[in-house]
Amino acid sequence: MACRKPARTHGAPTAKAPRTRRRAGLALALALLPLLASARGDAPLAREDIAWLRRDGFGLDAAAVARYHELGRSRLLAAQLDDRVDGALPPAIAALLAGYPAQSTSAAQRLADFAAAQARIKAMPDGDARLAARNDVQKQGNQLMQQAQQAALLHAVYGPNQLKEQLVWFWLNHFSVYAPKGRVRWEVADYAERAIRPHALGKFRDLVMATLQSPAMLEFLDNAQNAKGHVNENYARELMELHTLGVNGGYTQQDVQQLALILTGVGIAPVDGKPERFNPKMAPLVVHDGLFEFNPNRHDFGDKTFLGHPIKGSGYDEVRQAVDLIVRQPSCAQFVSHRLAEYFVADQPPPKLVERMARTFRRSDGDIAKVLRTLFESKELTAGAGAKFKDPTQFVVSAMRLAYDGKPIANALPLVNWLNQLGEPLYGRITPDGWPLDGAAWSSSGQMEARFEIARSIGYGNNQLFTPPGATQQLPGFPLLTTRLYYEAVEPGLGDATRNGLAQARSQQEWNAFLLASPDFNHR
Amino acid sequence: MKRRQFLLAAASAAALPALSFSGRLFAAPAGSPRFLFVFLRGGYDCNNLLVPHGSDFYYASRPTLAIARPAANDPNSAIPLDANWGLNPVLRESIYPLWQKKQLAFIPFAGTDDLSRSHFETQDDIERGEPQQPGANYRSGFMARLSGLLTGTPAIAFTGNLPLSFQGSARDVPNISLKGDTKARFDERQSAILAGMYQGTPLAAAATDGLALRRAVSSHLQGLEDEMMRASRGAPSARSFATETRRIATLMRDQYRLGFVDVGGWDTHVNQGGANGQLSNNLRNLGEGLAAYAQTLGDAWNDTTVVVLSEFGRTFRENGDKGTDHGHGTVHWVLGGKVNGGRIAGEQVAVTQANLLQNRDYPVLNNYRDVLGGLLGRLWDLNAGQLQAVFPQARPRNLQLV
Repeated sequence: MACRKPARTHGAPTAKAPRTRRRAGLALALALLPLLASARGDAPLAREDIAWLRRDGFGLDAAAVARYHELGRSRLLAAQLDDRVDGALPPAIAALLAGYPAQSTSAAQRLADFAAAQARIKAMPDGDARLAARNDVQKQGNQLMQQAQQAALLHAVYGPNQLKEQLVWFWLNHFSVYAPKGRVRWEVADYAERAIRPHALGKFRDLVMATLQSPAMLEFLDNAQNAKGHVNENYARELMELHTLGVNGGYTQQDVQQLALILTGVGIAPVDGKPERFNPKMAPLVVHDGLFEFNPNRHDFGDKTFLGHPIKGSGYDEVRQAVDLIVRQPSCAQFVSHRLAEYFVADQPPPKLVERMARTFRRSDGDIAKVLRTLFESKELTAGAGAKFKDPTQFVVSAMRLAYDGKPIANALPLVNWLNQLGEPLYGRITPDGWPLDGAAWSSSGQMEARFEIARSIGYGNNQLFTPPGATQQLPGFPLLTTRLYYEAVEPGLGDATRNGLAQARSQQEWNAFLLASPDFNHR
Repeated sequence: MKRRQFLLAAASAAALPALSFSGRLFAAPAGSPRFLFVFLRGGYDCNNLLVPHGSDFYYASRPTLAIARPAANDPNSAIPLDANWGLNPVLRESIYPLWQKKQLAFIPFAGTDDLSRSHFETQDDIERGEPQQPGANYRSGFMARLSGLLTGTPAIAFTGNLPLSFQGSARDVPNISLKGDTKARFDERQSAILAGMYQGTPLAAAATDGLALRRAVSSHLQGLEDEMMRASRGAPSARSFATETRRIATLMRDQYRLGFVDVGGWDTHVNQGGANGQLSNNLRNLGEGLAAYAQTLGDAWNDTTVVVLSEFGRTFRENGDKGTDHGHGTVHWVLGGKVNGGRIAGEQVAVTQANLLQNRDYPVLNNYRDVLGGLLGRLWDLNAGQLQAVFPQARPRNLQLV
């Protein structure tokens, strides 16, 4: 397996050895490892099993392969879809997560603190102290965003239910929010943990409702400002165009306007501590759920017609009716199925597969787990194996999984920085459409070169992954990728060109970088 | 090393190697136009760049932010450009000399039809360059369409990702960020091995070109980097735009004809400052970068046109936080050795409250698609049909800038 001790124990002695000896040593190590692999009891996985497993998770590690050996494909899939995969985050990673204030405090508390800080600043006299206070608040917001990004990546790398972890990323991207807008930086950690993660494998309707009620989405797409007489259509439009029905999903501009009216008053509760006043008629119509608030004083109670159905003006129930109507449109089943297949299968997914997934979606009333079962039991999932170019998140996470194989890192900031460099930061997509799912968006010449550089940073151990934040000295070391896992699950799938490249490596570090940069590793 | 010696040394340095997208690389005839598009992301406050010093309303609207009326004895006052307009004084040493040489023009009341006042919507609108209508192609940029029409005009984006402006091109447009360290991480042998692994795959060209470009740029810029290092006496170079534009100029001078770069940090809602402060610091950095670009290009500056623009202007009045909020009309900059400058171009109205759009911000009298269409059409002698391909349904206007 990959190094259990800090990686610096590997390779460090050879770094000083003369080149010939170093190369001979490397060749010897590479020659010995297959023997170790074959010493295990289990029969090695078939090529098709490996292809399936590479799409079932962000990337292979020894635990994922062992679980597959133990359960077999269908029991593993069932466990993943029921969200009862054995295992947990490594304690050191759980401790790292618990140390992030973004994870350990509530969004309500953070927004209240933010509001209090804003009020303090407003009362300060002009000058350097006021400016410094403002900068502190901005810095805090940036830290909260970075912590949420780190948390998401740590779950992706170390989470035992890899299918679920991919879906968490997929839905965060499908219901994309841009953190630098407004107070969204203070809200994104909760967005992932409360809106997306609990519903990632549930009913699509519940997921839509969870995002609809989340402060991050309400703020990012301006529905928090949507009120009777000041209608803002932004969220109403994107809810249909990007989240559910697709751009030609059978709705009209009239439907957008009607949905915007239905959504008036759907917003965020005030965090200033002052009680809100509602008259006796309105008070029973108020809806609260954490920071979410339906404010009937801001709602347009007129009757609406939406997607051909009359909706009587009644308050928040209009929203529930509208979302029910939306998610039952055939175009919703089709659109969501197509997006999932594009992510897991191919840039242009097979139409028949998408059709079968959409049928499951319709018959199961939008049960995400059932749609995924159709997808992961299909022949098409593995038929196109090796043709889908990994997006930057899949690349970084799979590289970490292969290189460190469950070994806990001490600092997740390098992961965030790498995704910034590769242009796919979580919560960093400014437009509401989420990062593209197709390979063409990530394979410009400059992007390829940037990816190779990050393969090098990981392969050479030239990074701060094992340097706790604040430490002054970087611990040296690099991972050993030629493990039993490699020989069982990676090496058999390598093409001649990659093998030829690896054979020319002059050091373990270089070999690591070449493997992580290779076309075989970067496609799945 | 004196500047002239440095230029000679740089000129004798090895040319960039023939990359696989380089069918166009060496085809650029001498004297063919060079065009750099500088996108200021965030909506810069044009009213403190091009100061309407003739407007009492300006001074009434900006009690703490206004740049003072031109006054000979006040270095913080606006530099008079004409009876109505002045320049932010932080640009005195950098681009004001270009104005004096008539190599710089400003187009106020310029911008888009997009009234969303949303950064991302309006930035995308500009980069796409298509009329506002549903069903538009979200992956096709106007620079890509322009590049597709031109031969002998190698294109490049000086950004980490390929910007929307350059997406959707039939040809591969390379991209490379020159902001930070330009050193190549892989040597020739390693690059060959990495590229070799991708041979025969659809990504072969991108992998090969990306590695080759980074190495070529790294070695091509070596002379420049050494010179900059000596000039700063070994001090690590500040992250200035000028550092970046000297590198860009070196590549545009020797190899490329169509370039893109973006600069952020313009969204000054809070404490943007007057003649000193946040916005003026950004403008100084930008101005120094553009001046360094012109200087590094040397003679090639005479074939060069630079357009600087932003997605929108800002509110004409300052807000309660001594900043400005998202507005509409903005000021475009056009610079170049042969630009017909030293003037304020395009349609104008008096800067009064009555002439504001929605009593809030500058109206747009000069649509950027019409203005850029007219300018690019002149630069490359494009016919009406070609211009329609670059900016569909635009009505290109010739402002006699080039």
